[in-house]
Amino acid sequence: MIVLNINGNPEQVDADPRTPLLYVLRNDLKLNAAKFGCGLGQCGACTVLVDHEPVFSCLLPISVLEGRYIRTVEGLGSADKPGPVQRAFIEEQAAQCGYCIAGMMMRAQGLLEHNAAPTDAQIRDYMAPNLCRCGTQMRILRAVRRAAKAMTASLEPVHEASK
Amino acid sequence: MVIIWRLLAAVVVVILAGFGAFYAWAWNGEIAAANPSGTSFDPGIIAKGAKLAAIGDCAVCHTRAGGKPFAGGFPLETPFGTLYSTNITPDSQTGIGLWSEAAFRRAMRSGVARKGDHLYPAFPYDHFTKATDSDISALYAFLMTRDPVQQENRPLALTPPLNWRLFAAGWKLLFLTRGVYQPDPKESPEWNRGAYLVTGLGHCGACHTPRDAFGAETDDHFGGGTGEGWLAPALNANSPAPVPWNTEQIYAYLRNGFADQHGFATGPMQPVVHSLRNVQDSDLHAIATYIATLSGPQNPAEVERRTKAAVEFARSRDITVSPKPAVEPATTGSAATRQASGGATIFAGACASCHHSGGTLPISRPISLGLSTPVNEPDPTNLIRIVLGGIHPLPGDRGPIMPGFAGALTDQQIASLVSYVRSQFSGQPEWLNVDELVSKLRQSTPPPMEAP
Repeated sequence: MIVLNINGNPEQVDADPRTPLLYVLRNDLKLNAAKFGCGLGQCGACTVLVDHEPVFSCLLPISVLEGRYIRTVEGLGSADKPGPVQRAFIEEQAAQCGYCIAGMMMRAQGLLEHNAAPTDAQIRDYMAPNLCRCGTQMRILRAVRRAAKAMTASLEPVHEASK
Repeated sequence: MVIIWRLLAAVVVVILAGFGAFYAWAWNGEIAAANPSGTSFDPGIIAKGAKLAAIGDCAVCHTRAGGKPFAGGFPLETPFGTLYSTNITPDSQTGIGLWSEAAFRRAMRSGVARKGDHLYPAFPYDHFTKATDSDISALYAFLMTRDPVQQENRPLALTPPLNWRLFAAGWKLLFLTRGVYQPDPKESPEWNRGAYLVTGLGHCGACHTPRDAFGAETDDHFGGGTGEGWLAPALNANSPAPVPWNTEQIYAYLRNGFADQHGFATGPMQPVVHSLRNVQDSDLHAIATYIATLSGPQNPAEVERRTKAAVEFARSRDITVSPKPAVEPATTGSAATRQASGGATIFAGACASCHHSGGTLPISRPISLGLSTPVNEPDPTNLIRIVLGGIHPLPGDRGPIMPGFAGALTDQQIASLVSYVRSQFSGQPEWLNVDELVSKLRQSTPPPMEAP
């Protein structure tokens, strides 16, 4: 039995320790945001955050995850109350088929937690491991920029107060 | 007393004379500024120069990450401090736009800049000195017809007093053997062509030969060295590759970045192979022919036996993923057993979906890890670097992708994994102090933010 901290909730998992996180998320915990794309760490559809770093959950056995902070799209917000990254992706209509979008949003979230105001080149570099086959890359880039602005704007009063 | 004073005076005179002679020897005049930008170079000569520049990998060191080609600024870390490559575009202010061909030839042969400054041997003139006049002319024509880029050279960050350039002159006095490559009449023209390119412009030994305390290559030619924080494996009889390299495998590796009995080119060899793309087949084959002979005379039957044994051993250790995984995690036993088992568990979940035998994959299949050089090297540096950073094609290139695990696995988890891979796939003794090395190498792995 392994206890995983997923989106802030302790989840007891009874699975082989070799099982990649993705299958535990989808099959055992019914958290279906992260997608199975290639199973080989080549496409990024399964991206989740572990301790603020985007990782491919299809290549991460749960044996290494005890005590670490795992986040999925379910942790970013809900349909009723989308988080800033989700809202930006909706507002830019960044999804076409949508299969890559959960991974894209998690990587974008990871980027913005490291760097609140990334340049275009930094966004492209950071997002590069995640693939989109429909061709909405330009919308995805716009969504990341929009999310960065929204998150920085919501932080501004705090910065003002600290001056 | 008088005799002692005379002796002392004589010693002082000898020292001063010696220093004076050294200074006179080390002094080089400025070569007058030229304006070669107006020169019309023969297109055939420029094309020849382009191929030689590719063999010399000039752009690999003379281009910084994301920078303009040949404009310099690439950091070369050495035990003596960090050097930054210089701008070799024909810009007249910041590059070599004022260099005559004579000045360029002097730099290549003697490591002296146009104005007379000694260059440090990070610029491998100890190899380039072997290049023929006509090849240096062709390189000059190629470089002088590149786009000029205005980019100031970065000051070197060498440990004082080594920043005093006379030290470079002293180094040359001790270690630089000038002279164009002399063909060995006992060998074939192809072998001689390969030897000329490998030991000259190709400067393969700059990484693949160990260096002494003065940073000079030792006599253990191609005995294995380092480059950019990676191990450059031995190319001679001490090669750690389980399957002995032969001409065909070396040729395939240099041509395609992949040899089916050795794996993919990665680390600092990746840009080298990329650069070699512009080199004609005959030259690449000559290079492979020469390198294949570095192990000395081989008994074909013995080579075949070793090859067969290595391939069979590697196959016997391959992991199968279905129907039942070969790796069962241990829940009992000693700490070492459990650590190895931790590595086995990580391998099964993180690596086996590509590194397994049987089944089909939509992408090029990795070779058996038992045949991989990084897994069989005496030191785990390269394997750790690959696990941390992964393998990515160069921008605009195609090639295999392996994700890096720096963000996903802790130092200890990577150490367990690497130790397991060693014990599972290699017949070599276990590596020691893997934990410390992982922590050290993680510091020098670009954070995900800057990963390609």
